[in-house]
Amino acid sequence: MRLEKNKKLDIDEILNDLEHYRPRRHGWHWREKVENQKLGQFEYHETSKCLENSIPLPAAKYFEGIDPQPDCVITTEIASGRFEDDIRRMRMAAWHGADHIMVIRTAGQSHFDGLIEGTPEGIGGVPITRKQLRATRKALDAIEDEVGRPINFHSYVSGVAGPEVAVLFAEEGVNGAHQDPQYNVLYRNVNMVRSFVDAAVAKKIMAWADMAQIDGAHNANATARQAWKVMPELMVQHAINAMYSVKVGMKKENICLSTVPPTAPPAPALRIDLPYAVALRELFKGFKMRAQMNTKYIESSTREATVTHVLNMLISRLTSADIQSTITPDEGRNVPWHYFNVQAVDTAKQALVGMDGLREMVEIKRDGPLGDKVRELKERAVLFLEEILEVGGYFKAVEEGFFVDSGMYPERNGDGIFRKIDGGVGAGTVVERDKDYMAPVCEHFGYNNLPDWISKPCGLIDGCTLCNPGKIAYVDELDERDNVYARLEETKEIRENNLLKPEVEWFADGYVSMNLFIPAEERVAEFAAMEMARKMGLTDVEVIHKEIMQPAEGTYIELKGKVPFAIDPSKLVIPKKPEVMTEEDIRSFIKEYPVKIVAATVGEDEHSVGMREIIDIKHGGLEGFGIECHYLGTSVPIEKVVNAAIEIDADAILISTIITHADIHRINMRKLHELCVEKGIRDRVILVSGGTQVTDEMAKECGLDAGFGRGTKGIHVASFLVKALKEKI
Amino acid sequence: MQRIDDFEIRRKHLASLTEEELEKRFWELTEKIVDPLIDLAYNHTSPSIERSVLLRMGFDSLACKAIVDKVSEKGLLGKGAGHVVLKYAIYRQISLKEAGEELARGEGWDRLDEAMAADITEEAIRAITTAGGEAI
Repeated sequence: MRLEKNKKLDIDEILNDLEHYRPRRHGWHWREKVENQKLGQFEYHETSKCLENSIPLPAAKYFEGIDPQPDCVITTEIASGRFEDDIRRMRMAAWHGADHIMVIRTAGQSHFDGLIEGTPEGIGGVPITRKQLRATRKALDAIEDEVGRPINFHSYVSGVAGPEVAVLFAEEGVNGAHQDPQYNVLYRNVNMVRSFVDAAVAKKIMAWADMAQIDGAHNANATARQAWKVMPELMVQHAINAMYSVKVGMKKENICLSTVPPTAPPAPALRIDLPYAVALRELFKGFKMRAQMNTKYIESSTREATVTHVLNMLISRLTSADIQSTITPDEGRNVPWHYFNVQAVDTAKQALVGMDGLREMVEIKRDGPLGDKVRELKERAVLFLEEILEVGGYFKAVEEGFFVDSGMYPERNGDGIFRKIDGGVGAGTVVERDKDYMAPVCEHFGYNNLPDWISKPCGLIDGCTLCNPGKIAYVDELDERDNVYARLEETKEIRENNLLKPEVEWFADGYVSMNLFIPAEERVAEFAAMEMARKMGLTDVEVIHKEIMQPAEGTYIELKGKVPFAIDPSKLVIPKKPEVMTEEDIRSFIKEYPVKIVAATVGEDEHSVGMREIIDIKHGGLEGFGIECHYLGTSVPIEKVVNAAIEIDADAILISTIITHADIHRINMRKLHELCVEKGIRDRVILVSGGTQVTDEMAKECGLDAGFGRGTKGIHVASFLVKALKEKI
Repeated sequence: MQRIDDFEIRRKHLASLTEEELEKRFWELTEKIVDPLIDLAYNHTSPSIERSVLLRMGFDSLACKAIVDKVSEKGLLGKGAGHVVLKYAIYRQISLKEAGEELARGEGWDRLDEAMAADITEEAIRAITTAGGEAI
């Protein structure tokens, strides 16, 4: 399957013949670092190979359109409940620089004792099934070809079906997974014995598939009442999972610690988070760091979340990060929306590239308060381990509520998570392997009484699925009502007629958001805003964020609502984009037919930047093409502009009008036209206006020849002038 | 349990350790905690582990669940579900696939004691891997 840049992903093509689709590769892909990479005017020290197709940061237009890619993998988490919509978002995220796509599982899957099949809809995530994985992998294979960089596909090997999920992932080309038995025990209340016994088998299979493993320690940050006090415990959790994985046979470089800076402003975040980051990297040399962003202290403000996340990345750059994960800035208010995934990826790319090579100039002062703190954290962690052994080992420690206690160990507040060895989901299901226990498959962890005459375990069964993928059994849909085809049917009309509806999560969900400032106290503002949205025709209106500007003066509100109609784009009247001539063509015309213009910002308007951008030679303006420009300045009366044009016999008049108060911009445009008519020069002179609120249609309505709005460059105006003059010749 | 922060008292035996010694101690203690857990995993199995074995043998998840549920019910999990299917195929002299399908349908469980007595020999394996669609 090949994607075309200007064509949408075709879900029918993805679903077609899935039964025979095989992933192209196994294993994790790290970005290929490029030393001293030269891009545009700059040299980069911490970047990797560029993409073949990508969307650069907005400001890239000032830097020759470069799109440097940081050296670390960038993660985005996508799982709206419908994989057919998620794959479109994955493509958008990949174009912005994500190469680690993490799919959250639907609520409750971790307690599902077995595999789910088909494509049912999920809640807060996607049901992870073979069909869903295969379809997503197929889409990602095409997307990675399109952007020119392998994409790591990732989900969760946890819950009570870990070993089966690990096999499924290995078979379907999943490249990374969360796997940490402690996560099951503490946060999913899976029986601790079951969780550890299962984990060994799961990890062994993950190791065979060369998958990157991410642990679950960061959840303690998100769960503990005071997230920064669990730092010693986090080191213990990382260590237990890391050591367990190594003992099962996983390579150290595939074991990633999921680490989050535990605090956020208004706490003095870096002073607490940085020593912790340093301690962790010293203690866990050789393992990889998956730097996650803080979720614990995210509220509904996307601005606040973004600032916290940028501070998190300052820590990544000051220490190290092999994987920079991102949290969407809207995570504090809803299931992430399309463009917030993209924003989070851009935030990571922007911050990391902006801090490129920072450590060459700034270094961590290891001696002093930071060093003292590092030492203290390590000692506290060692004391924690000592006490686990004192009480009789890991299981006993869990029974005594050692973990996720909000006290900074050895302080204990008694509010940790308590689990019983014979409690939890799956309790009592683990049995001892008999002397003749046997599993005739490869990569099976543990005791296995295989006959000594076979060369490999699956020799007994003529190959297992790991050695012979042709044996993999594919299950299609099991539920005839809850599946992807039924969902596609619901939006068929919109799809087939190429209608347009806004969306944030699912195709044609109709959601839009709106920002309002209401000059009233919080509660009144909230209800007034909702009423306004309803009067604008939105349905299902909900406030998603509010911030008091001042208790009496007013409240800032963000709300969402649904648009109850679709638009047929074939019926839209879209003005044609003006064609831009080449610089050479413009110059050669001007050389032959010299052109003079008069320019000014008119009325009581002191804005000069826009007009200077259009005419100045250093901004690539009209002067640069050889056009003789007479700039009269700002706040110039229309009469003066017209008189100046008559005096020098100008070919064109350019006016800039930024202020729009009381429609003054339209009034001035009309006046320019009328005065030129009155003075008898209208036929001879081309009239052009420009300004942030000006459009071509508006200018023409007012009698002018053209109008230029935001984003206009000198070449656009020059191009227009030359074309208009050509017509006059 | 509640306890005030007695770090300063507890840390006394660590105070004189170099950074390197402290880190070494951290990993030695971790290993002591993890080793018994690894032993436990080495010698035990679970329904999910056994389903993962059957998956690797090429059965679909529905068959895996049906077979392992029955294997647990019969108290045979400690033998290994893959082992049970293999022995049943040898006993019935049918292909592994057919054996699994029969067991998943709930057939043959009353004869499993006999089946488990079968020997896994090279000849027996050859017979079932070349067994066609029909029972021999």
